[in-house]
This record gives sequence, structure tokens and C-alpha cells, in this order.
Amino acid sequence: MSREEHSAYTYLRPTKKFPNVWCSGCGIGIVMSALIRAISRLELEKDDIALVSGIGCTGRMPVYMDFNTIHTTHGRALAFATGLKLAQPRLKVIAIMGDGDSVAIGGNHFIHSARRNMDITAIVVNNSIYGMTGGQYSPTTPLDGKATTSPYGNIEPPMPICEVAIAAGASYVARSTVYHAVEMDRYLEQAISKNGFCLVEAVSYCHTTFGRLNKLGTAGDMMRALKDNSVSMTAAEKLTPEERAGKIVRGVLWDVQKPGYLELYDKVLQRAQEVIHAK
Amino acid sequence: MAPRLMQGNEAVGWGALAAGCLFYAGYPITPSTEIAEMLSRELPKIGGKFIQMEDEIASLAACIGASVGGLKSMTATSGPGFSLMQEHIGYAAMTEVPCVVVDVQRLGPSTGQPTSASQGDVMQARWGTHGDHPIIALSPTSVSQSFDLTVTAFNFSEKYRTPVILLLDEVVGHMRERVDLPPFDSVTRVERMGTDVPSEWYKPYGDPISDVPPMANFGSGYRYHVTGLFHDTMGYPTQRLDEIDPWIERVHRKIERNLNDIILLEEDIPEGARTIVISYGASARSARHAVKLARQRRHKVGLITLLTIWPFPEQEIARIAHTAKRIIVPEMNLGQLTLEVERVVGRKKVSRINRANGEMVTPQMILEMIEGH
Repeated sequence: MSREEHSAYTYLRPTKKFPNVWCSGCGIGIVMSALIRAISRLELEKDDIALVSGIGCTGRMPVYMDFNTIHTTHGRALAFATGLKLAQPRLKVIAIMGDGDSVAIGGNHFIHSARRNMDITAIVVNNSIYGMTGGQYSPTTPLDGKATTSPYGNIEPPMPICEVAIAAGASYVARSTVYHAVEMDRYLEQAISKNGFCLVEAVSYCHTTFGRLNKLGTAGDMMRALKDNSVSMTAAEKLTPEERAGKIVRGVLWDVQKPGYLELYDKVLQRAQEVIHAK
Repeated sequence: MAPRLMQGNEAVGWGALAAGCLFYAGYPITPSTEIAEMLSRELPKIGGKFIQMEDEIASLAACIGASVGGLKSMTATSGPGFSLMQEHIGYAAMTEVPCVVVDVQRLGPSTGQPTSASQGDVMQARWGTHGDHPIIALSPTSVSQSFDLTVTAFNFSEKYRTPVILLLDEVVGHMRERVDLPPFDSVTRVERMGTDVPSEWYKPYGDPISDVPPMANFGSGYRYHVTGLFHDTMGYPTQRLDEIDPWIERVHRKIERNLNDIILLEEDIPEGARTIVISYGASARSARHAVKLARQRRHKVGLITLLTIWPFPEQEIARIAHTAKRIIVPEMNLGQLTLEVERVVGRKKVSRINRANGEMVTPQMILEMIEGH
């Protein structure tokens, strides 16, 4: 098969931007291909999709993809996405972020985008580390994990990304891993189809930094660990709290029907008209 | 619109609407909040979007996002918020996305005095974000000028694809004056230069006839990449010197070649004036009054009011100052724009009047300086 025949080809920008910046064996490419499959299955027009990112390894994803793409500042993808969505409600606005990007420097925007139920698909590729800067501990680095800035082990508990989004007011929250690519296709498809703030956490790994510093082996070993250390929600329910501890729980953690921000904003527009006509 | 008593901040809001602004994102901060309040009421009436963001960083980010989506966008803030916006001012300059940032200056540094006036953000407006970049900053002296310069700010921003900073100060922002706003349809509006080339030919940062490339809005069928990294003519990141150098040269050239259009100032220099007062913003009001008093006492004094402060009007100041013996620069700071005047005319000619305690420079202070006390 020539590369032109590959189903992903039409969604990529092949002329200028390859090879990509990611290390061989990185999970981010799997999220990118899952996103392409989800968009392809939904038969969305490329012109109707905007992909917004911040800074970091994951932040580099949009440049490879043939949509309306904007690579913004560190942590602010959701704030840019908010303005873009309000200006062009017709666009499917997808924000793709890493863990440091979304819940450290961008934590404020993450919480408030979820609270507003802003009509954005948010994807967080969680690799538990700042990869691009060389392996500093992030808000999702596990306890005792070694990083270049936690040489004695990390003492900060990791941020529960999905649970924060649920508590703040998101419409849809799902978690999967880069091992479970087929499952992730489905979650992304659901998240893109739904209005309101829809989050998919894609648990990944960084063998180059976190793996090396914590002696976790190759990319393959870390991929296998995602398989071994994760359980579906249904399976997790059957486990005791002790058995569940440290497991990545995969599944649609939250899915509710409520109006997204743009639907609510229509009320503002309508009430403003009533004020004009009352005069 | 009938004549009415109006605040400078309110006039900024009306100016934005007259210019075609359809998007505002902001965060409450004294002394700029009236702009947000006014637009939260008025924008929805015309189908525009108003959103109160979680901070000033997000506010300017949302404006840039909305502008990429095709809406004329504005945010307003004051010192502390202006500090937070600096990264995105650089982003807008780098990506050449039009937007208007209003900074109603208050006394700093830090939280300072929220309700006291200042002109302490002059250098921050020029150099607050990192790296070399072009910028336009305008500063009104009155309520009606706040309206006019807001329209101008939007027009420059669209015409040159650049962030434009509108520097008010607390005095002009909160002051009420009688104004008679023009009908909005009589106001000159500059619209973004779009493109109609086939989408596969579109180069978002390339081949401009002028130095300002046509801008396609997201969702209009032209898919392209926007990044704060140095980029090539397609918008893709680059590390090539032969792509970085032309970018830096072009974005500066697009401002420098259009100084005749961008530099706005008012010149009132009588024949034989040896002393000239140069000022801007609220200080220019004191300067005007002082010059009037001085002329009543038969002093030949000239007055220059700068409406464009960045880019600094070097050629104009050099020309005007050529015949003057003495230049007086009153400012509500410890001498920020004075540095520019000194750079152009030399330090020996320049007398500073500075106040950085939240109080205005008074006409009396300027008059005394004119009379050489």
C-alpha cells in the first residue's frame, strides 16, 4: 500500500511536516491516529474542524493534521478554543493538551471550561511527566516517581484529571489508554459528537524520560504495563478498594445531558432582544 | 445619537461597537471595569459575544481565538491584568492576529492604587512581551477622543494584522464629558483583507502584495496552521535563518513603512516658539491648560499632543524640536516617554515633570517650568 492509500493520509499534512518530533515508541501518535479514525467515522469535513493545542510534546500534534490548526501558548489552549468556538459555533473545536499543559499551567482554564460546559472536545494525553523539557515532574507524576526535578521521589499526589472535570461540570468524561486504541476511537467519537465540555483522558507514558529515570524499561514494556495496570469500569466495580488501588480505571466515567454554553448563550441573545423590544 | 454625558470607558465601548467589534472577553479590574459592563449589555443586543473569563491571560487568549474565527475582538484591563496579558500580546504579534487591548492605567507597581491615575505602562506597552516585535499604542486625552481612537485602534489592527494597545489612564477612563457621538454608519471601518485564491494556493504568511498578508478566517475553507513558533510562509514552524530573518524584517517593515498613516499627533506651535510642551493622555490636558495660561502671559510656547505613542513619532519630534530651545515633557510616571524624547532631541534640551504618586501633573507645575522657576 502506498502512503497515499492509507486511510489517514487525507487527514495529514504530508508535504512539509514529517517526520514528527515524537520519540520512536511514543504514545502520542496513537492518540493522533485514534482522533483521525474518530473524525473519519463521523464523516466530518476537514474544513469544519479546528484543532487547538498548547505547548509540549502533545502540543505539536496540530501541525501534522490538515484541519484549521492553532498551536497556542503553554496552558491556554482551552481559552483560545473558547474564543474560537464562540466566534465560529459551526466548527468542531478540539483542544489537545498534555498533562502539564492542561492541569498545571492551564488548570484554571481547564476547571472553568468544564464549569461553563463550553462546547469543546478536550483531549488530555497524560504521560505523567514534562517530556519536551526533559522529564520534570508534572501534576500527574505518581507518588515517589523520579523525575529530573524530583530526584528523591515525588511527594505531590497526582491530580485526578477526570474527577476534576466531573466535579467542575463537564458533560462527558472518559478515560482510556494508548494500549486500548480501539476503545479510545469510540470515546473520541462520542466526545466529538456531544455538545458541552467533553473530556477524554488518554493515559500514555514517556519511556524516554519517566521510563528511564524509574527503570520501567522500553516503550513496549511501558505499553504492556498500561494493559496490565488498567481495568474497565465494570471490572473495577468487582474489585475491593485494595485491589483497585493504583489501577487505571477505563471507561465512560460521566455522561449527562445538559445544555452546552452556546445553547445557554442563545438565552442571553434572546433576553437582550426582549430588552430592545420592551422599549 | 444625542449629546450626552459619558465616561471615557463608556466611550471606548461605543467606539468598539462603531468599529464593528463583535467579541469581548475580559476580567474585572479597576479602573477599566465599566468597559466590560457596558459591552456585556450592548454586545448581545447586536448578536455579539461577551464572556467574562477566569483571568486576563484567558481573556486575551479568547480574543485571539475569536479573531482567528473572524470576529473583531477586544479586551480591557489595567496594570496587573496588563502584565498578565503580555505573553499573548507577543503571541498576537507573532501570529499577526488583529485584536485590541485596552489598558486603563492605574498607579503601580503591583496592586498599587487601583483608583489612582498613572501613565506608568508606557514602556510596558512597548516592551512588555519578550522578543523584538512591532506594536501600535494609542492614547486619548478626552472622552470623545476615547471613542475616536478606539475606532482607529480596530482599524489599525485589521489593516496591519497587529495587536493594538489603547492606553487610557484612570483620569480619562473615569472622567465624564459631554460628547456627541457620530452615527455609527458614518464611522470609517477598515475590514480585514481576506483572500479569494483557491485554498491550495493560499499562503497564510506569504506572498503579500504589501507586507500584510491576507488573512483567511478559520472555518472559511482555508485550512492552515497558526503558531507562536517562528514559521514559514505556510505557517509551519521553522528554524531556518532564511525564513526567520524575512519574517522579522517584514513584520517590522509593515509598521515602519506606514508611519504616515499610523502616527497621529496634534501640533499647536506658534511662530517663534522656543519652548515646546510634549504630552499625551490626561497629562496633555494639564499641558494644554498650562500653555494657554503661559500664552496669556505672552510666553511663546508650543504644544504637541501625541495620540500615537508607539511607534514613537521620532521624525515628527525631531522636525518640531529642531527650532526649539527647550522641550518640557510632563508625565504621570518617573519619565518613560521622556526617554524617547531625549533619545530623539538629546538630553540637554529636555525638562522633565514627573509625578508617580497617583496625582496628576497640574497646569501650575507645567506653567512654573515654562516660566523657568
